[in-house]
Amino acid sequence: MSKLQNAIVGGVRRVLGQVPAGWLPGGTPDPLIQRRVSLGTQQPRIDGPDKVRGGARFAAEVPMDGLLYTALVHATIARGRIAELDTGAAEAAPGVALVMTHRNAPKLAVPPPIGMTSMKAAGNNILPIMQDPEIRWNGQTVALILAESQEEADHAATLVQVRYETERARTRFEEAKADARTPDSILIEKNRLLKGNAEAALTAAAHRTDAVYRTPWYNHNPIEPHAATVLWKDGRLIVHDATQMLNGTAGSLAKVFGLKDDQVHVSSPFVGGGFGGKALWDHQILAAAAAKLAKRPVRIVLRRSSMYRLIGGRAETEQRVALAADARGKLTALLHHGYSVKPLHSVCDEQYGLTGRSLYACESFDIVQHHLDLDVVANTFMRGPGEAVGTFAIESAIDELAHDIGMDPVALRLRNLPDRDPVSGAPHSQSDPAKAWQMGADQFGWNRWERRSTRREGEWRLGLGCATGTFPYARMPGMSVRITVDDEGRATVASAAHEMGMGTATVQRQHAADRLGLPLERVDVRIGDTSLPFATMAGGSSQTASLGAAITAASSKLAGELVRLAGNDTPLAGLRANDLEFAEGGLRCVGDPSRQESFASILRRAGRRQISVEGESSAPLEMLKFAMHSTSAIFCELRVSEATGEVRVTRLVGAFDCGRILNPKTAASQFRGGMIMGLGMALTEETLLDPRNGRIMSASLTDYHVPVHLDLPEIDVLWTDIPDPRAPMGARGIGEIGITGVAAAVANAVFNATGKRVRDLPITLDKLL
Amino acid sequence: MRITVNGTDYPVPDDVRVSLLDMLRERSGLTGSKLGCNQGACGACTVLLDGERVLSCLTLAVQAAGREVRTIEGVAAAEGELHPLQQAFIDHDGFQCGYCTPGQICSALGMLEEFRRGDPSHVTADLAGGQARFSHEEIRERMSGNLCRCGAHNGIVAAILQFADAGAGE
Repeated sequence: MSKLQNAIVGGVRRVLGQVPAGWLPGGTPDPLIQRRVSLGTQQPRIDGPDKVRGGARFAAEVPMDGLLYTALVHATIARGRIAELDTGAAEAAPGVALVMTHRNAPKLAVPPPIGMTSMKAAGNNILPIMQDPEIRWNGQTVALILAESQEEADHAATLVQVRYETERARTRFEEAKADARTPDSILIEKNRLLKGNAEAALTAAAHRTDAVYRTPWYNHNPIEPHAATVLWKDGRLIVHDATQMLNGTAGSLAKVFGLKDDQVHVSSPFVGGGFGGKALWDHQILAAAAAKLAKRPVRIVLRRSSMYRLIGGRAETEQRVALAADARGKLTALLHHGYSVKPLHSVCDEQYGLTGRSLYACESFDIVQHHLDLDVVANTFMRGPGEAVGTFAIESAIDELAHDIGMDPVALRLRNLPDRDPVSGAPHSQSDPAKAWQMGADQFGWNRWERRSTRREGEWRLGLGCATGTFPYARMPGMSVRITVDDEGRATVASAAHEMGMGTATVQRQHAADRLGLPLERVDVRIGDTSLPFATMAGGSSQTASLGAAITAASSKLAGELVRLAGNDTPLAGLRANDLEFAEGGLRCVGDPSRQESFASILRRAGRRQISVEGESSAPLEMLKFAMHSTSAIFCELRVSEATGEVRVTRLVGAFDCGRILNPKTAASQFRGGMIMGLGMALTEETLLDPRNGRIMSASLTDYHVPVHLDLPEIDVLWTDIPDPRAPMGARGIGEIGITGVAAAVANAVFNATGKRVRDLPITLDKLL
Repeated sequence: MRITVNGTDYPVPDDVRVSLLDMLRERSGLTGSKLGCNQGACGACTVLLDGERVLSCLTLAVQAAGREVRTIEGVAAAEGELHPLQQAFIDHDGFQCGYCTPGQICSALGMLEEFRRGDPSHVTADLAGGQARFSHEEIRERMSGNLCRCGAHNGIVAAILQFADAGAGE
């Protein structure tokens, strides 16, 4: 991102600072904050019965006649070119319909990058795909086999012979620092932040910490592999995909294949876990290209090892955090400098440099992050990008500072809570981390324990730790929905939105029911297909707020259309949309409930079976005027074996300040899910790169260790449930905050147990012996 | 030889390389059993073979010839009513994306059978003492071969415990 962008965003912020809040989105708090019927209640997932029966259909499960199966051959060098390629044996193998390489692949444009400029773009790995003999990372696809069965395709893939000319590749984090780039901006923020004189404050401080924290490459590892079933029909490309960006994928595929937008149809009603990784990568493009050449439908299911080679993960980081405080624990300087991997062909910043800008009031800041270019698959966003690793560094440092001062780490945090944005001075839309800390501490019993005395049980040393989590609010402009109301008084809400397990349809059905004054059972929600109104991606914890705004906008239009349709022969005659509210299956006059008419009655009198309106999420100007962040307080109890260095987590509590909770059942699962991924990040997960050849060594679920049942205690989650008056339904997103803060809470508890400060994730046994 | 799946006979594939999982998913239209890793690490493909839980990605279809396979599609009653364990998964929100769920449910049914006949686990304190005490810890240990990336573990364990406590036999 550029200097120009910094100027534009800065300019808009300055102007909005002068604009009265009432003129902006959220200027008037959403009336549903006060008037909830279904929202806020526990509702089981509406797709639950399908999922427990195995009846929910995923991308690789769409039946199709004449289907061909795919196997891939991956490059085994990190940089160079294909010198010799022999596909003869593979082509002659039984059942093989096509061997596609750079020699016969159709011409494909480079996918347009995900970004701020087009919501129809979803590219992650911005490189030519099978267009030349160049090898740009170890794992790049050099050949694709299509065969009548998976077994035949897999066998043929073993017969492809490739000889490479190898060039020197950049695979080492440390060596890449010499050529580090310093971008002008990170996401939409200016990269370099200098406020006050942090260096001087550090030198003069009564207490300070200064240390380097490291986090490895992580992979999303959804249990459903990346997969697509692809068909060309009458010049149109139909893709049954597993994606969290339907319209982005469709728009990008149109660009890659030189099609019009309406010539690409993408469907993805269920996604078997995404976490940022289920986006557009090479495999959908390769499958579509092969289907085009073979003139047959194609199914591609990435092998778990291919997922590591073709789908980027969370970038490795190295972060220096230095904190200074006066004798009473008041922060005087926060310095956060770091490096993360972001190849030139990658689109996604790992924005850890934004974490420290909102958490604490501080006199001086010195923040900057640098990008390293390596010959690896492009990194991408993974649950809580930036904040997941940023909170590990900063919240470990806060714990170190508390130890140095001899202060309770909770008290140190409470002493430094900001009453407005610490950098811009913008007011908070809503923020009560102190309440989250109080709730979490009470639940955990933080104050009941004397933490400094060593506790032991046999070979086990016991430890307690805590940390703050945080994630910003986001609402996407352009998210759209169609609301259809019929003469039976039923409503259908439709949008090309995404379900990867968040409970999208379940929660938006609750929302639409309350918004339209209908009982739950009279509302249907349809999502997951580009034939429905345009949806922005499920990313940045933005989907719920964006859909919320779109449904709100559509419902306002619906009121206007209905009152127009009602004409003069109605108790509503003469009223305007602003005088009306939805209630009891129809419209009624605000302040005069006797003047009301049902949807069914209005439609029948007008001779209409149904009425449809579309609404769209407006520009999220509230994000630029207000500081809108969620926060959490995470508490962890664990034991560490003196004999083996093994860490076992025995208790985990998370208290969240995220605005209103819309469905406690699905929300609790989102929080717990994030926290469990945080435990994996802290203790077991790590993608290992062999620097000699750039090959990922841990490309399987036996070598990359995600937490399993026995690793996980019962996790307590609580929330303040204080509405954010600037957000639709009073709710900020909750999909990502759960992972943030957890790794630091674990590391701080390990320190409490053992006296060892591990600053290098994951905290494996070897680091504690 | 035929393979009986949920009471219906299917032909044994000609190609001996075909896994039981691929036979179910790609040749029999039974896509409830899920492919996650294809190497026995994730448990998403778990089915019951003559009542024992097996990883169908590591089982060749020919190994199931003449035997009875029960998949997630055969867990609910024939008339469509959910099995009480399926209902317990919904009640306790024991899933998010739903992809590991069929494997978790099939695995839990097999696991409860192992437990009933007195099979000990790694966390069973008294290996000689017959019936182990059913607990969160026992469920967690015995279900650890079924990965869930959404993090629905607490709900899964609660669902299994509720079903087991209700004494609802098969």
